[in-house]
Amino acid sequence: MLEIKDLHARVEGKDILNGIDLAVGDGEVHAIMGPNGSGKSTLANVLAGRDRFEVTRGSVTYDGENLLDMAPEERARAGVFLAFQYPVEIPGVNNTYFLKAALNAVRRHRGEPEVDAMDFMKLVREKLKVVHMDEDLLKRAINEGFSGGEKKRNEIFQMAVLEPRLAILDETDSGLDIDALKLVADGVNRLRDGKRSFLIVTHYPRLLQYVEPDRVHVLRHGRFVAEGDKDLAYELERRGYGWLDEKEAAAS
Amino acid sequence: MASSTEQLENRLSQRYKAGFVTEVDSDTVPPGLDEDVIRLISAKKGEPEWLTDWRLKAYHHWLTMMRPNWAHVRFPEPDYQAIRYYSAPKSKKDGPKSLDEVDPKLLETYDKLGIPLHEQKQLAGVAVDAVFDSVSVATTFKEKLAEHGVIFCSFSEAVQKHPELVREYLGSVVPHTDNFFASLNSAVFTDGSFVYVPRGVRCPMELSTYFRINAAQTGQFERTLIIADEGSHVSYLEGCTAPMRDENQLHAAVVELVALEGAHIKYSTVQNWYPGDENGKGGIYNFVTKRGDCRGDDSKISWTQIETGSAVTWKYPSCILRGDRSVGEFYSVALTNHWQQADTGTKMIHLGRDTKSTIVSKGISAGHGSNAYRGLVKVGRDAENARNHTQCDSLLMGDTCAAHTFPYIETKNPSAVVEHEATTSRIGEDQLFYCLQRGIGEEDAVNMIVNGFCKEVFRELPMEFAVEAQKLMEVSLEGAVG
Repeated sequence: MLEIKDLHARVEGKDILNGIDLAVGDGEVHAIMGPNGSGKSTLANVLAGRDRFEVTRGSVTYDGENLLDMAPEERARAGVFLAFQYPVEIPGVNNTYFLKAALNAVRRHRGEPEVDAMDFMKLVREKLKVVHMDEDLLKRAINEGFSGGEKKRNEIFQMAVLEPRLAILDETDSGLDIDALKLVADGVNRLRDGKRSFLIVTHYPRLLQYVEPDRVHVLRHGRFVAEGDKDLAYELERRGYGWLDEKEAAAS
Repeated sequence: MASSTEQLENRLSQRYKAGFVTEVDSDTVPPGLDEDVIRLISAKKGEPEWLTDWRLKAYHHWLTMMRPNWAHVRFPEPDYQAIRYYSAPKSKKDGPKSLDEVDPKLLETYDKLGIPLHEQKQLAGVAVDAVFDSVSVATTFKEKLAEHGVIFCSFSEAVQKHPELVREYLGSVVPHTDNFFASLNSAVFTDGSFVYVPRGVRCPMELSTYFRINAAQTGQFERTLIIADEGSHVSYLEGCTAPMRDENQLHAAVVELVALEGAHIKYSTVQNWYPGDENGKGGIYNFVTKRGDCRGDDSKISWTQIETGSAVTWKYPSCILRGDRSVGEFYSVALTNHWQQADTGTKMIHLGRDTKSTIVSKGISAGHGSNAYRGLVKVGRDAENARNHTQCDSLLMGDTCAAHTFPYIETKNPSAVVEHEATTSRIGEDQLFYCLQRGIGEEDAVNMIVNGFCKEVFRELPMEFAVEAQKLMEVSLEGAVG
């Protein structure tokens, strides 16, 4: 469903991605790992269409369409969801109101009727259980006064409501304590349905103990330098990213 | 970032929907200001001598004054001799007695502005006084209000029918010597609204005045006086629009509110005077003095203003908290886009004991707009236990606009508690992208963020108008999506 070929991208004139190739099939979970500054978040943001990231070469095909030609909101409506690393606060804009607008934008795109307030609340109550979130959070403004863990859970909750085709988690695990991490992982696992695909961007292998990936890709200086199954994540857990440096040095 | 700033700026190119001119025969005086013009205005209105004298006193005082120049706005000095101080649509000699006698062109004008004057079409429970250039053309629901003893009429009519009330209260809150523009207004004011709510009466409907500048080269100098007698409640709303013209036009109004013991006045403004074009050409100079006097104990005056129009705004709706336990409130949204400038805020003067004031100011700057909050919180020597909370937030859109905050605090009583909070934020690429990534279109996203920012103020508006205000904000920020 997602095919990335020779993707190059830069931010503020600096090359960050230097030729990424990646194919994700329906229902697959891929982990993108790598040390800080390796280009993980850039990849996530390029796929979501953030305009300060400039694609200089390569292609991205999503369900047969040229993803890079689509505006960010079109990508979202077509089922690309980004769980943000740093979810922003939007004061005065009610969480529920926002999410209903988002859901209806997605539904309109799919040619489905908009949900009314009653049906929406029913759906929301059901999905809150996925992340064990308190209903009170819905009455507040978007992310305003949320703790770090609440913000991340809110992202997973939004994902549960919007039911994307491709979910990209940008370091959703960073800054979470073990209980919050388990809740997030549990939420993700419940949303795995054999069709929905995941790209899990993470610095730490920890999350992957709870969400088992089909493939693990290790990013270094904007390129994949190692690929494997979940065992690669454990290898990194044991040996750290420095091990890859040695490997790279030995290869050259 | 560059391209998203550009998109924002595109979206901000607004269309002004009230910018048309109505072709009506007008009775207009030649430009210029002297004693004769003032006597002429007074004579046209058949005013008693004491009022003519009051105008002349104000005029002579005005001649000795200088325009205030401390505000954070810049504009060429208006030529006060080039302004026409009186313009009225010609009508039957005695003026229309009912809506049927009002010139259909005028009714059409108000229809086009979304203010149908025919009562049956009116928003349920809202009485309207429509002021066209210098005169009031129609007041609706007068009879129904009269059943409750509420007087709601044009200022001119009040001078004729209730001279004792006008004489007692006119200038009692904003004296004829108050400031340059208030003195000018006192000399040449032409019409406006008058409200008196008797003791113990809750006004059964919202009252509103709709001000329209139509004629070219005229100034609009209206005067509004609202008196809420003991224990009464009233909610009043004013709206304003003007045609699009290349010249700047002066609007210098005075509003006086008097709340006697236990009375509550809620005064809301949706100001949408023509703001000028995207190059800063034309637009209204909106130099207004608004002040409320909480004269009795336990009285309350609440100002809410949505300021989206005018080229230059200079306006500080204020409260004098004279009565013990009196309460003053000021809720404001001011939006400056293109080359608009606003210097606006409030004064809360605490004189009585246990008085309380709240200030919530939201400034939105876009384009080359400049937005300043200026506020004074003053606590007098005898104002034991005065409390004030001020919150002052600025939202910047794009990188060519400006926001300023000038808070002044003077307390002479050590028991006072005065709090000031201020924030400045930029409509973030982050916030915008967050909305886009959830599938929400760009225009909807900006409206959502701006409305969220203004929420605390919008919710203070009477319900019928909160939606209008929200729409007006959307129009003011509307344009082609990049």
